[in-house]
Order: sequence, then C-alpha cells, then structure tokens
Amino acid sequence: MTEQPSQLTMVGAPDGHEGQGFFATSLEKVIGLARANSIWPLPFATSCCGIEFMATMGANYDLARFGSERLSFSPRQADLLMVMGTIAKKMGPVVRQVYLQMAEPRWVIAVGACASSGGIFDTYSVLQGIDKVVPVDVYVPGCPPRPEQIIHGITQIQELIKNESLRRRHTPEYKALLASYGIE
Amino acid sequence: MAVVTSELVLEALQNRFGSALLTVDYPYGMLTLEVTPEAIPEILRFLYDDEILRFRFLTDLCGIHYPHQEGKELGVVYHVHSLENNVRIRLKAFVPETNPELPTATTVFRSANWQERETFDFYGIRFTGHPDLRRILNMDEMSYHPLLKQYPLEDSTRTDKDDKYFGR
Repeated sequence: MTEQPSQLTMVGAPDGHEGQGFFATSLEKVIGLARANSIWPLPFATSCCGIEFMATMGANYDLARFGSERLSFSPRQADLLMVMGTIAKKMGPVVRQVYLQMAEPRWVIAVGACASSGGIFDTYSVLQGIDKVVPVDVYVPGCPPRPEQIIHGITQIQELIKNESLRRRHTPEYKALLASYGIE
Repeated sequence: MAVVTSELVLEALQNRFGSALLTVDYPYGMLTLEVTPEAIPEILRFLYDDEILRFRFLTDLCGIHYPHQEGKELGVVYHVHSLENNVRIRLKAFVPETNPELPTATTVFRSANWQERETFDFYGIRFTGHPDLRRILNMDEMSYHPLLKQYPLEDSTRTDKDDKYFGR
C-alpha cells in the first residue's frame, strides 16, 4: 500500500502584513473570516430543493467542510436563512417571521427556481420569489439545483460575509433596504 | 340479500324522491343524477340510512363552474360509495351564480366539513348550516374565489416572464 500524502487544507489567511513572528490585518477581515467559516444555516425546506439540501448535508457532499457543520433549527441562533422550495402565499408571512426572528448579521439564500422567482408555479397561490417578502443575498438557480450548485451558493455567501464591512448593517443603504420590505 | 346495482339504487331514489331527480345519466358506466340543491341532505341521509343500500362513504365533494350554463353556473358534485356493495354513484346539484347557496352535507357526513370549506374557498359556494364555513387552503386575506373562470390562473405580480415566450 502506498502512503497517501495528506491533503488537509486550511482556510487561507486574509490579506495583511506578515513578518518574523507577527501577522497584522484588520479586525474586519478577521471577523469576516471567522463568520464565513462558521455559518449556522436555518434550512427552510418546503419541497424537492430541500431533498437536494439533505444530500448536500450528507456524507457525499458534506456541507460541514465549509464550516456549516451545525444546522440551527431556531432562527434566534441562525446566521443564514436557506429557503428551499415553493413558498405559497400563505407561507409568505411565516418566512418573513422567521427572518425577523434572526439576529443581525443575517443572510438569506434562495435555493431553486421557486424560491427565486416562483418557478413553474406562475399561479395565484404561489409567492413569485421570496424577495417579495425578505431581502435575498444569493439566488441558486435550478429545478432543483444539484448539491454542487447549493455548495456554490454557500461559498458565494461566504465571499459576501468575508468582504462585508462591519459597518454595513448600520449604513443608511442597508436601513433603506430593510425599510423597503417594511422591516423597522 | 339482493345484489345492489345502479338500477336498484335509481329505483329506490325514484320511488322516494321522484320530483327532486332532474336528470339521469351513466357517464363511463357510473350512475349520475342531477338533483335539486334543497334535496341533497335528505338524499344523502336516505342513501346512508337505508339498510340495503348503505352508502356510508363520501369519496369526494367538489365544486364546478360552468359560466355559460345560465341560472346553473355553479355546481357541487358528490361522490358516494357503498363500501359493502361496491357501488358508487354521483350526485350533482347546480345553483345560480347570483345566489350560490345550498344546504350542508355535514349533517350526514362529518368529513364533508373540510371539503365544503374547500369548495367555498375556491368557488364561493355557501353551504347553509355548515359549522365553520371559512377559507381552508388560500390565505385568509384573499378577496376572491380563484377557481371561478373569470379570474386568471397566473399571478399578476410575476415580473420575470416575457409573454411572447409563454403564449400569453
């Protein structure tokens, strides 16, 4: 048996100044790094996209590799709301309520065509995209998207988190965004 | 014990409710009667209680809208099943769009409760005597009954569809 070389990779350090025995970077980047690699997602799974998400969490695709080891089934402790599946208009207020219960900073990912735009359900009873009720950061297309696509969506969220200014949630733009959804 | 057939059921109903039966038909071999809306609870009760017929299972209760059938625009269709005799029959009752009201079947079948709520939700048909007639599937704030033919199926808030690609 040949010895396999260890392929363990760590998250790279953010940009900064390095020298003998020290490394200097901004607090923002350190916090972004920590947040991006320890996302607690809240899975809001209503249909087939939720099944793909289960595969994403399973051993083959293993979302835990990206730091989302622990799902949070309480919005109070969740960082990322993952809406996966068709949201009927009757369900819209529930999605909104869950979003309101999440603490800042919070992110939202719309997985699949239905959560993004209503998908094939161009009908009176279906919400035509969750961005009608809550602001969305990343949209994952597909019907349903494969686990690789969901992972790609998560890594896009990670990029957003890494590069987000600590002041972003206090900016007038962000407040105006929330206000446009009638939130505070 | 006599073998219960559609003909036997029809005969029993004609003897008892002659004037309430409007039309008789056998689409796909299933006895289908159009009856007056007022007679529905009595007919269901009779079919339920009769010791030989024993129609004790309400398979389905649903609404239907024929906008061109003047004075009989809205209908309710009842499917009842005699499990012991393995006989099914279908009852239809039509009401005008202007006053869509007919007596509830919950007095005979308690399972009719939610099915009548659904029929009310989608067609606006009011079942008099229903214990709790309110919407069941659509959101409470909805201001119309969506399966009536005058309302479009599509959602008007849809923004990402170009009509020319969707044949609208």
